[in-house]
Amino acid sequence: MNRFASLLDRLQHEPSRLAKLRLMTDYFRTTADPDRGYGLAALTGALSFKYAKPGLVKALIVSRIDPVLFELSYDYVGDLSETVALLWPVEASARGADHPASLTEVVRRLAESGKIDLPRVLAELLDGLDETGRWALLKLITGAMRIGASARLAKQALADLGGKSANDIEDIWHGLKPPYLDLFAWLEGREPRPVTNDPAPFSPAMLAHAITEEELAELNPHDFRAEWKWDGIRVQAAVGERRSGDKIIRLFSRTGEDISGAFPDLVAMFAELPYRAFSLDGELLIRRDGVVQSFGVLQQRLNRKKVSASLLAEYPAHIRAYDLLSFEGEDLRALPFVERRGRLETFVARAGAARLDLSPQIDFATWDRLAAARRDPASAGAGADATAVEGVMLKRAESIYVPGRPKGLWYKWKRDPFTIDAVLMYAQRGHGKRSSFYSDFTFGLWQGQTERDELVPVGKAYFGFTDEELRRLDRYVRTNTSERYGPVREVAHGKDEGLVLEIAFDGVNRSGRHKSGVAMRFPRINRIRWDKPSREADRLETLEALLKEDERMS
Amino acid sequence: MQAATFLALRPQGLYCEAGDFYIDPLRSVPRALITHGHSDHARAGHDKVLATRDTLAVMALRYGAEFAHEAQVVEYGEELRIGDVAVSLHPAGHVLGSAQILIRGPGARTVVSGDYKREPDPTCAPFELIACDTFVSEATFGLPVFRHSNAAGEIEKLLASLRLFPERAHLVGAYTFGKAQRLIALLRQKGYDRPVFLHGALEKLTDYYVRRGIALGDIRKAAGAGDLAGEIVLCPPTAVSDIWSRKFADPVTSFASGWMRVRARARQSGIELPLVISDHADWDALCTTISETGCSKLLVTHGEADALVHCFKNRGIDAEPLHMLGYGEDEAPEET
Repeated sequence: MNRFASLLDRLQHEPSRLAKLRLMTDYFRTTADPDRGYGLAALTGALSFKYAKPGLVKALIVSRIDPVLFELSYDYVGDLSETVALLWPVEASARGADHPASLTEVVRRLAESGKIDLPRVLAELLDGLDETGRWALLKLITGAMRIGASARLAKQALADLGGKSANDIEDIWHGLKPPYLDLFAWLEGREPRPVTNDPAPFSPAMLAHAITEEELAELNPHDFRAEWKWDGIRVQAAVGERRSGDKIIRLFSRTGEDISGAFPDLVAMFAELPYRAFSLDGELLIRRDGVVQSFGVLQQRLNRKKVSASLLAEYPAHIRAYDLLSFEGEDLRALPFVERRGRLETFVARAGAARLDLSPQIDFATWDRLAAARRDPASAGAGADATAVEGVMLKRAESIYVPGRPKGLWYKWKRDPFTIDAVLMYAQRGHGKRSSFYSDFTFGLWQGQTERDELVPVGKAYFGFTDEELRRLDRYVRTNTSERYGPVREVAHGKDEGLVLEIAFDGVNRSGRHKSGVAMRFPRINRIRWDKPSREADRLETLEALLKEDERMS
Repeated sequence: MQAATFLALRPQGLYCEAGDFYIDPLRSVPRALITHGHSDHARAGHDKVLATRDTLAVMALRYGAEFAHEAQVVEYGEELRIGDVAVSLHPAGHVLGSAQILIRGPGARTVVSGDYKREPDPTCAPFELIACDTFVSEATFGLPVFRHSNAAGEIEKLLASLRLFPERAHLVGAYTFGKAQRLIALLRQKGYDRPVFLHGALEKLTDYYVRRGIALGDIRKAAGAGDLAGEIVLCPPTAVSDIWSRKFADPVTSFASGWMRVRARARQSGIELPLVISDHADWDALCTTISETGCSKLLVTHGEADALVHCFKNRGIDAEPLHMLGYGEDEAPEET
């Protein structure tokens, strides 16, 4: 348990992706089976313990320590797992116990315990661990790791361990189970690749490179097919049958997280299709009365924890199909795109499901024609669905389906971003290589009556600038600080002082979390307007108008 | 009858009327007894200062030789008569030269702890327990969540990180007086024999430790030493995220302090490698020490007083907070 605990502890302090990978690979390399397998399961969210809840943890601690001291401490620390880990009474002699339980033992004992036993078992485990061990154990059972390491990152670390690619891991992942002895044996070259007999596996997604108009000119339009780039969630539906004949239906995110639980409407639809097994690539959208809704609407469904009947009715989910990866046991990924597309068209037509349709292709013979369609999707075939279009996709007609982001096959040509002139209000230092630079910038827009105008923060951007610009911004922040709040500096801003930043962004959503009531999507610094007086920056109404336009069209 | 505490709180600081002197006063006073050389306790500008030899030397290094009109060395254990009371200084185990102050009068003994710790420290004399009626305790880490790790284990964490990231410089923030030198000594105890590199602000005090015969091994200036990939660089806590840190190879930022016990505190200050090494007593050591003094009255000074007061009232001890502001420089969460 100690090795796993110190891994978690390092990961949550480590901002750099590469360093996180190193920490995980190092753990997998130096930890024995089956411990490392359970560590991997914990990192990828493959472990859960039915009866372990925060309430149980709280009850355990207040039966052991003065409740006043607990409250004072909880107030100070702010995190339940950490407070309890720190407060847990241990004999001085047992600190950093000599023979702490292994992770395997911890997992086994927790899994074997029923609801009645669990408090006693958990208490015994906590007694035998040091502080970091207790913290990690409590994080593990309450399922709130929040250590900034995704399942995908853990798989990349495994790939690094065995000199494979993360997609090699993904290909077999869904057929594997903790503690993954066969996986590690393969990665260490001791045994052949594990044979997966998962009837509904995840196939790693194929992704596109961004392209500009100038780069496009180098390519021949006849080699490509175009579709709209839909602004929803890229998903993969995998359906198969167990030997027993039970149908398995899974909906995966682009990175292979199983999101079936949140979309029972789609799972039911896939269950009804007249096919035994297939794997389908597509976009998850909300479609009301035959019209695809903007991402802002989809986000409202995603934000809800509970999937209620009214939510399902109000936000009906829909799949717009891009590609067919396998069908009735046949792997189609090695076929050229045009052939797969033909198979997909037949698949969708025969399916006859209202919640499933085909992503239409855009008719174009020249890049100019495509550029016109990108400028005005509504007139070029997208019609009322145009609010959910965020650009066009280009797929080479001959492209086979390659996991990851292969060069030269698929391109995304996104709609031009919106831009707005905002005033720099706060700056915070970045992490890792940027840790000594003020590199996270909060910016605001004008709001209110003309005489009593004030700047209201509307967003945060931390990229879009060059290293040289970052140095200049950092110098500006340091010489124009008006207030300091811990790691945050307030930068002088007002009618007659302040720095204007041109912010590019892909759209706006309503937001209860922002004081301004709007949240920008993917904001980045487009230009630094050293020349522009801050009084001439844009007003909040400009953003609100975009929001209204978006809502009117849906 | 309640024993006399000999103490009163005045705007200048903690005052002993029977001996007409202040302890660690915040403002200039005619006579000051100083527990140790951290700048929140030891200020310049008093008429007369009484303290240990090391404390006076540190004050002279920090403020110049003219830090007071008159300075008197008091050896550990030496008894002085001041006014109506007898006063002596005893090791507090906090930093080099740190002392508790014992005040004895007719029928009563009061101990002012200053800052203290019970953990062994190769750079200073160990804490000496003194029985008393009134104990004035610090409470910097006066919450039961503060339990410091074993310092050697924390040093091992730093060394493990060096092995894992040999191409990165390891910047360790440490208070310039006490913590920095203790860290070097702890590294040497663990067998680390590479040079340790110092930020300029640490040089003067570290040199003093070496002159006092405390073995710290190969110490070098960080300035002009290159990007120091794979090396340990000690600096003041604020420098870790300062412009100064840019010249080093992809630095791992670390900070050695009791505050690092709470993960959110480390994250807020952008620390990647927190080391829970403190020169203050943790919760368990505070409680043990207070009990062991056998005191019947407890006054809790700077820090988190509420939990200690609550805890000792429950044990039937007359406990109350002394609301003193202005202390805690060496462990204060730093503005950067």
